[in-house]
Amino acid sequence: MPEIKELVKGLADKHGRGRESLIPILQGIIAEERYISDAAMSEVAVELDMSAALVYGTATFYSFLDTEPRGKYVIRICKTITCDMKGKKQIVKTLEDLLKIKVGETTKDNKFTLLETNCLGWCHKGPAMLINSIPYDTLDVNKVTEIIMDYIRK
Amino acid sequence: MANTVNLKIDGIDISVEAGKTVLDAAKELNIHIPTLCYHEDLCVAGNCRVCVVEQEGARNLVASCAMPAQEGMVIHTNTHKVRNARRHVVELLLSEHNADCTKCYKNTKCELQDLASEMVITEPMFLDLVPEKNYTVDNYSPSIIKDDSKCIRCQRCVRTCHELQHVSALGVAYKGDQMKISTFFEHPMLDVVCTNCGQCVIRCPTGALVEKNYIDQVWDAIYDPDKHVIVQTAPATRIALGEDFGMEPGNIVTGKMAASLRRLGFDSVLDTDFTADLTIMEEGTELLTRLKKVLVDKDESVKVPMFTSCSPGWIKFIEHMYPEFLDNLSTCKSPQQMFGALAKTYYAQKKGIDPSKIVSVSIMPCTAKKFEAARPEMRDSGFQDVDLGLTTRELAVMIKQAGIDFESLPDEKFDSIMGASTGAAVIFGATGGVMEAALRTAYELVTGREVPFENLNITAVRGMEGVREASVKLEGLLPAWSFLEGVELKTAVAHGLTNAHQIMDAIKKGEASYHFVEVMGCPGGCIGGGGQPIPTTPEIRKKRTEAIYREDEGKTIRKSHENPEVQEIYRDFLGEPLGHKSHELLHTHYKPRKRF
Amino acid sequence: MKNVKRVDIIFGAYTQEKYKVLEQALKKSSDQIISEVIESGLKGRGGAGFPTGLKWKYTAQEKELVKYVVCNADEGEPGTFKDREILTRVPRKVFSGMAMCGKAIGAKKGYLYLRGEYLYMLPELMEELELFHNSVKEFNFDFKIEIAMGSGAYICGEESALFESIEGKRGEPRNKPPYPTVSGVFGKPTVINNVETFVNTMMIMRLGVDEFKKLGTSDSRGSKLFSVSGDTPIAGIYEIELGMSLQDFVDEFGDGDTKAVQVGGASGFCVPRKKFKDTIIGFEGVPTGGSMMLFNSSRSMYNVLKNYVEFFEEESCGQCTPCRVGCQQLKKGIEAVKKGEKSAAYLVTLQKLADTMKISSKCGLGQSVANSFSSIVDNFKEEMIY
Repeated sequence: MPEIKELVKGLADKHGRGRESLIPILQGIIAEERYISDAAMSEVAVELDMSAALVYGTATFYSFLDTEPRGKYVIRICKTITCDMKGKKQIVKTLEDLLKIKVGETTKDNKFTLLETNCLGWCHKGPAMLINSIPYDTLDVNKVTEIIMDYIRK
Repeated sequence: MANTVNLKIDGIDISVEAGKTVLDAAKELNIHIPTLCYHEDLCVAGNCRVCVVEQEGARNLVASCAMPAQEGMVIHTNTHKVRNARRHVVELLLSEHNADCTKCYKNTKCELQDLASEMVITEPMFLDLVPEKNYTVDNYSPSIIKDDSKCIRCQRCVRTCHELQHVSALGVAYKGDQMKISTFFEHPMLDVVCTNCGQCVIRCPTGALVEKNYIDQVWDAIYDPDKHVIVQTAPATRIALGEDFGMEPGNIVTGKMAASLRRLGFDSVLDTDFTADLTIMEEGTELLTRLKKVLVDKDESVKVPMFTSCSPGWIKFIEHMYPEFLDNLSTCKSPQQMFGALAKTYYAQKKGIDPSKIVSVSIMPCTAKKFEAARPEMRDSGFQDVDLGLTTRELAVMIKQAGIDFESLPDEKFDSIMGASTGAAVIFGATGGVMEAALRTAYELVTGREVPFENLNITAVRGMEGVREASVKLEGLLPAWSFLEGVELKTAVAHGLTNAHQIMDAIKKGEASYHFVEVMGCPGGCIGGGGQPIPTTPEIRKKRTEAIYREDEGKTIRKSHENPEVQEIYRDFLGEPLGHKSHELLHTHYKPRKRF
Repeated sequence: MKNVKRVDIIFGAYTQEKYKVLEQALKKSSDQIISEVIESGLKGRGGAGFPTGLKWKYTAQEKELVKYVVCNADEGEPGTFKDREILTRVPRKVFSGMAMCGKAIGAKKGYLYLRGEYLYMLPELMEELELFHNSVKEFNFDFKIEIAMGSGAYICGEESALFESIEGKRGEPRNKPPYPTVSGVFGKPTVINNVETFVNTMMIMRLGVDEFKKLGTSDSRGSKLFSVSGDTPIAGIYEIELGMSLQDFVDEFGDGDTKAVQVGGASGFCVPRKKFKDTIIGFEGVPTGGSMMLFNSSRSMYNVLKNYVEFFEEESCGQCTPCRVGCQQLKKGIEAVKKGEKSAAYLVTLQKLADTMKISSKCGLGQSVANSFSSIVDNFKEEMIY
């Protein structure tokens, strides 16, 4: 708890305490924690002197401002039709098998969360995914396996 | 004429003030355009889309509530395109809505139902989306039930909570098909910053936000031969109850209300106005005592300004938002709770009734009073002081259930004891009323003279301005109060919690200093309370307020300290204001709460 | 008939001197810049096609002291990836366009709203931004650009939703009027343009109005970046003059078996093979923000449509009824027809619903759902049913 308080305070010092600082602060929490807990959100509400329900409402509007616990590495696979046409389903299956979780779940060791997302902007190089903020394109079974193995070793 | 625009609606020319919307203009022509998300008290949302109209030259339909009237505009409100679109909108809302109307508290009082009925919707046009929605009902609060399955996401509640009340216990969460009205992390309303004011309830067009009703419990008590059921009625109920029977806003129905309560079977029909007068005695004395401690004794532990403590929405607001000012709150309980504590002590003794057999019911213009009645602080009689708090609306339901023709009832009087009141008590129902009543008594107490205003009407504290200030110079004081000689007593009045927030911030920053501040949680004060008949609009608030002051003027006694029953209770039971017994029964303290 | 004319201007090499074209442009008066942009006939490259010069002119006319320039880099339209490419390869041209706009309208501050999916680009953009800020300082021009990051919300590409997001709120579109030129971000007069549009304004400065006007057709001046994806052997970004027929496009990019092209992404139109010849790509025909998705005969158009409506169902902001509930009904509706739970006639009900969404939704998102829905259902009805 004290760490969250410090983190939020630090972010507010950096970005300011006006309403326009809310999203950068929430993004800063995500960068550190991968999700925004209720404790973090109520800290933000206090720092910005605003309603906690409005902080919650703003956070839940944005897909990347997760409000549920996430793993250290959040994998988001593009589910748009063009990636789908290029074999996204196979990639999802490979990831599910490798990580032994289903889409929407987090591994027991809290290392990986597997999610689907809307268009990532790599339609000419599908299937594509993000791991945290890093994009990976032109995925096939071998490539995605190698990428994940690298992360597992990290 | 300066700043007017000319347009044509359904073939009729009209000119309106610049800044008015197409909807406003249509209203002036008595052209009815259906609305759902629109509310006179709130900013324009333009999100339900049921008010769409056709504008010549525009590719798309326009939302009349959000579209400013513009020079040369040609509008059609009743075309095939418009009718189709509105029908679709209502059908879509119904497909997302739990339309089990016969099991809904708002059945026949629902704006969505009215529209569906007007459109003669018999077969659903679209698929039912409700089964897959996993809607939940939050009924943990003693005041308000939130049923998401009835919600049409018009956001009236969200705007109310934000704009009028500066609370934002409710917000909009998620997006797309998941979008919903939610508290912080979807906690129950009971556990969040909600003040229970019920302003959302009186603006919800459907049954998504309603008061928790205790109608059956009251009937059970009435029918129980072992119970002595007494009822108290708040000042603002008597000028609004008639509206639920089709009477015009502003009708005073005090006598009919008393008659109806007697016919419902209450054993004793009493008046919260009695304890409103008592509040003035206690609170007025408390104010003067505080001023003495601050000005003469220089006691820094005593805080001014002193804030009124009658409004339970305001109490909860300060507990959450300004806990550092809790010591500034008058320690007086609200009139409802003073009444409750005395009912099971003073009243029981005088009448020779076992207090454990008394069921104490209140009729309030308020939903927060339900929460207040259930507070652990409110058990000083040795029992729960007030057992069941009902809204004005619930009383109307009971009267209808009993088959009583309200309008033809004779005027009857309250019972005694605890049924006598003054004009000072009645005006508690309007913003500024407590201040005015307190000044009438306190001024006279310290000077021995009536307040220096014509006919006792302290107009400076009346009105609908969000924050009002008034000051009274204290001169020519009685010897006992000479320490106040020459003091300019500075007061302020705020109503609606957004205005309360404004005044609190000014006080906090040291930009304003007062001795005494009245705050009412609801816009307009209790006359606009969350338990009052629906709808409440600026116009209706005005009429109810006028009625309150008419009722005051019509009273023979208009100063709290002249209430004979109040004099009697001090003589026979309490001793003196702020005395030992008063402290035990009529005063309390509140505690800080979390701010989310 | 015009063939596909590829050009290479947008990604053309930078001048030797840093921000040279901007430096030249800033020497022109505000009026001169605006009249050149108007004269060029440039229309917005985000898809809606509003004349850029007029937008600048209206904003310049506003009397407010504080004004803003906003660059919309919330490139969320499925099948579009050109803005990412521009910001990766030639960010200097974007910043230059924004600064010149600032000069034209009298703004001192610009925001580049970058979608959250492109967060990885931020370090390099910040580097370039430093260079930019140093350069404008040298030119004695007071203009700062701030990068605001999105966080995964397609609707924030809608201009007023984008403003809300910059202001720290939920990205919910506002009622219009007022328009951004009068009341945009923080309630101030604002020019908001797409990434590519700002680059185009610099093209006008570099080539001159006359050269620029030689590109494209009278209704669709200039070149346009196309994001080509789907069933094509050569997916990628292509800069092409506007005004070609879809047949020419398919001849160039198709795999020989193209049965439909989705022009303009999920919010655009689906054109079937039989209409390729008669469809012009441009503001006089089917407009596009640049997304071109090709589908060959192995693809189920039902799956394509379902993917789109699922997308809209999630990405609608949810505030207005036609869009929030309409998208859910369209999705559930086509599923029910496909499963045989509803008769084929129900498609007509759904199309009427889509028509209502088009004319009664609060913003462009809800209004445009009907584009793909109706064009796919109209042209591929059998695939919806069987």
